[in-house]
Amino acid sequence: MLAFLIRRISQSIVVLLVMSVLVFGGVFCIGNPVDILIAPDATPAERDRAIHELGLDKPLPEQYMRFLTDALHGDLGNSFVYNEPALKLIMQRMPATMELAVTAMLMAVFFGIPLGMIAGIKSDTLLGRSIMRFSILGFSLPTFWVGLMFIIIFSVYLGWLPAGGRGETVEVLGVPVSFLSWDGIRHLILPAMNLALFKTSLAIRLSRAGVQENIQMDYVKFARAKGLSNTRIIGLHVMKNIMIPVVTVLGMEFGGLIAFAVVTETIFSWPGMGKLVIDSIGVLDRPVIVAYLLITVTMFIIINLIVDIIYSILDPRVRLGDQN
Amino acid sequence: MRQKLLIVLAIVACCAFGATMAHAEKLTLGLKGEPTSLDPHFHNVAANNMQSLYVFDKLVRQDTRQKLKPGLALSWKPVSDNVWEFKLREGVKFHDGSPFTAEDVKFTIERIPNVPNSPSSFTGFVSNIQKVDIIDPHTIRFTTEAPAPLLPRQLAAFPIISKKNAEGASTEDFNSGKACIGTGPYALVKWERGDKIIYKRNDNYWGEKMPWEEIIVRPITNDGTRVAALKSGDVDMINFVPPADVDGLAENKKLVLSESPSTRLIYLHLDTDRDDSPTVSGNNGEKIKNPLKDFRVRKAISKAINRRAIAGRIMDGLAVPASQMVPDGYEGTSKRLKPETYDPKGAKALLADAGYPEGFKLVIHGPNDRYVNDADIAQAIAQMLTKIGIKTEVNTMPKSVYFGRASNLEFSFMLVGWATDTGEQSNCIGALLHTYDKEKGFGSSNRGRYSNPELDATLEEALVTVDPEKHNELIIRATEMGIGDLGIIPIHYQVNIWASKKGLAYDGRTDGYTLPRNVKVNK
Repeated sequence: MLAFLIRRISQSIVVLLVMSVLVFGGVFCIGNPVDILIAPDATPAERDRAIHELGLDKPLPEQYMRFLTDALHGDLGNSFVYNEPALKLIMQRMPATMELAVTAMLMAVFFGIPLGMIAGIKSDTLLGRSIMRFSILGFSLPTFWVGLMFIIIFSVYLGWLPAGGRGETVEVLGVPVSFLSWDGIRHLILPAMNLALFKTSLAIRLSRAGVQENIQMDYVKFARAKGLSNTRIIGLHVMKNIMIPVVTVLGMEFGGLIAFAVVTETIFSWPGMGKLVIDSIGVLDRPVIVAYLLITVTMFIIINLIVDIIYSILDPRVRLGDQN
Repeated sequence: MRQKLLIVLAIVACCAFGATMAHAEKLTLGLKGEPTSLDPHFHNVAANNMQSLYVFDKLVRQDTRQKLKPGLALSWKPVSDNVWEFKLREGVKFHDGSPFTAEDVKFTIERIPNVPNSPSSFTGFVSNIQKVDIIDPHTIRFTTEAPAPLLPRQLAAFPIISKKNAEGASTEDFNSGKACIGTGPYALVKWERGDKIIYKRNDNYWGEKMPWEEIIVRPITNDGTRVAALKSGDVDMINFVPPADVDGLAENKKLVLSESPSTRLIYLHLDTDRDDSPTVSGNNGEKIKNPLKDFRVRKAISKAINRRAIAGRIMDGLAVPASQMVPDGYEGTSKRLKPETYDPKGAKALLADAGYPEGFKLVIHGPNDRYVNDADIAQAIAQMLTKIGIKTEVNTMPKSVYFGRASNLEFSFMLVGWATDTGEQSNCIGALLHTYDKEKGFGSSNRGRYSNPELDATLEEALVTVDPEKHNELIIRATEMGIGDLGIIPIHYQVNIWASKKGLAYDGRTDGYTLPRNVKVNK
């Protein structure tokens, strides 16, 4: 287990390094942020001064080395646009994104898995077929369109829910959260549903396939012969066996949900990290882009690790670190 | 079950009722841009400059047509060629109760060049002020290096902050609200980045009485979401209504549209400098001597563009064909310049006359996420030019890539926009048409490197002529030279649209700002 962890962590550091070089070089190739940020009537002298102040007049390798030294001291640099530490800006936005992603994930798990199991068991009934049709819709409709439809139906026509924003937040241990106030919950519902739709469909498909595969297996026949109740067979034995692919895929998807909730965040003007990074890419705010991607990659690494560990708990045959 | 449902319904009803009750005292605005900072001297960009006017005041105000009006300064006059005297308003207090005096003005002017890491500073507006003398707490004199006819304009570009509260303050202190203390109509309560800015009324404001106790500004960048937020009643007013939604909103009886022309000019810049220009070629792709240097070719291009069709179809009527840098009625506009009339036959004749009866090949470059319908306008212009024989290819790209490349002179023919934020066109002429001159600070956005020594001299003379009439005359002359020679080809001015709930309307501003003092309440 320990060897496994050490190997994983050293691999991760290499990944982070490579990624930071790529982003640094990539943003450098696109252009100079000062050209976008500066007032168009600024004199060339002012432009030079701004470039100098932001440290963009130094050669790229030197800029990178400076970034690396600072990063090792826990400083990912100041945003060019906001003049505040990039890390702080992202951390300010992270709770909003996390809350949205977790809510969406919970929706996907609590609706998707049971619905998928029903569809698997009763695949020939109207109910089973309707669930599958819904999942096809959930897969194929583009997120931004569904988001706009939600707004038009639930906010503009019915007037039940607000069209965007985060609403009232309550501070828990210094972290602002929405789900503890009614106003906050109302603001959370539509974006979370929008974000959850695709993942719910995914969960439905995975658990349906799992159930259909498992239900034919010998252990299920044996359990039936033994006289176990249907609920117990499905709810315990089959459930356990279908969970492995579901956990793997949803675990990976959760990372994606946090890192790329940007479409939903933009449509619902949800003040999360995705919106911050899109704005930052628009103005080539390199420190924020780099910091964001470093955090995202770290998050993926951690989620992968957790998925591997949960794996070993769900399936005792899997031993961590035994692959090679 | 039924009981539970009733309780839920009751709660919903209470919330809805509570919301309508609060509306009379609260104004919620859904705005397209979010400021990058609340430090009013950190980043010279429209979203910041507009938001700073909620909390702060300027010495000189700009009205809805950008004419100068007294702000924190009551009056101003030149006392000699190089000295301006400003009389300050008495009895004005900052939000913390401390009085506003000449010390605050001096402090502000000294701070501007020293805001650390500013990506786009306000230094240009104060760089010619050599000395600030406080005569008494409400009289202040500015000595400039050379005569400075535009000083009142320059002082209308940035707000005054409080020396007591902002001495040594960083940009972060303004964002957190600690140093964000002004004399303006509203005081900052809290900025929740990305979600909202909350303001509370300043009951001791020296200016207009504001009807709303609280103002909430919500940045909603997505056009569709902003419109939906208004329709659903989440916000009371929105700015920059996308042209495609205007008809739909106009039919909605619960909403009101307000419009105003803007100083946002969309124009074409052409390479009039190099003989070998990067994206011009002969009909078979061979290198040719840059035809854009020939005035007749530029004239032909201008004549080939159907500005009315662009304004009417592509912009859904939300554009006004342009004849010069700023719309009619502004200081320094020429009455002699008119929008070029659409004349494809004349254009073809001019091309033939210039020695290009078969035309040539050209690429038009433009941004696709910067101005209203920018990519579509480029597409239309390309088609119009192709019709007269200039086979034009379109290449549009995101602004983050576009502007850097354009400033690197990688293009021959480009679509660009310019907003005259100062309400006066000398800085526009200086940046777009004056010969590129790094030393003197001219031509910073002259991406076609147009050069006309006569224009340079006229503009430079205007910039040191304090007499307003003579100054204006020189500016008009410089404009006529640059536009007459087609150093740039003006296309149109954008029209800005606001939409609000019934009962509210907006006194549209040419600078596109959404300010509380211009919101009108109709009972």
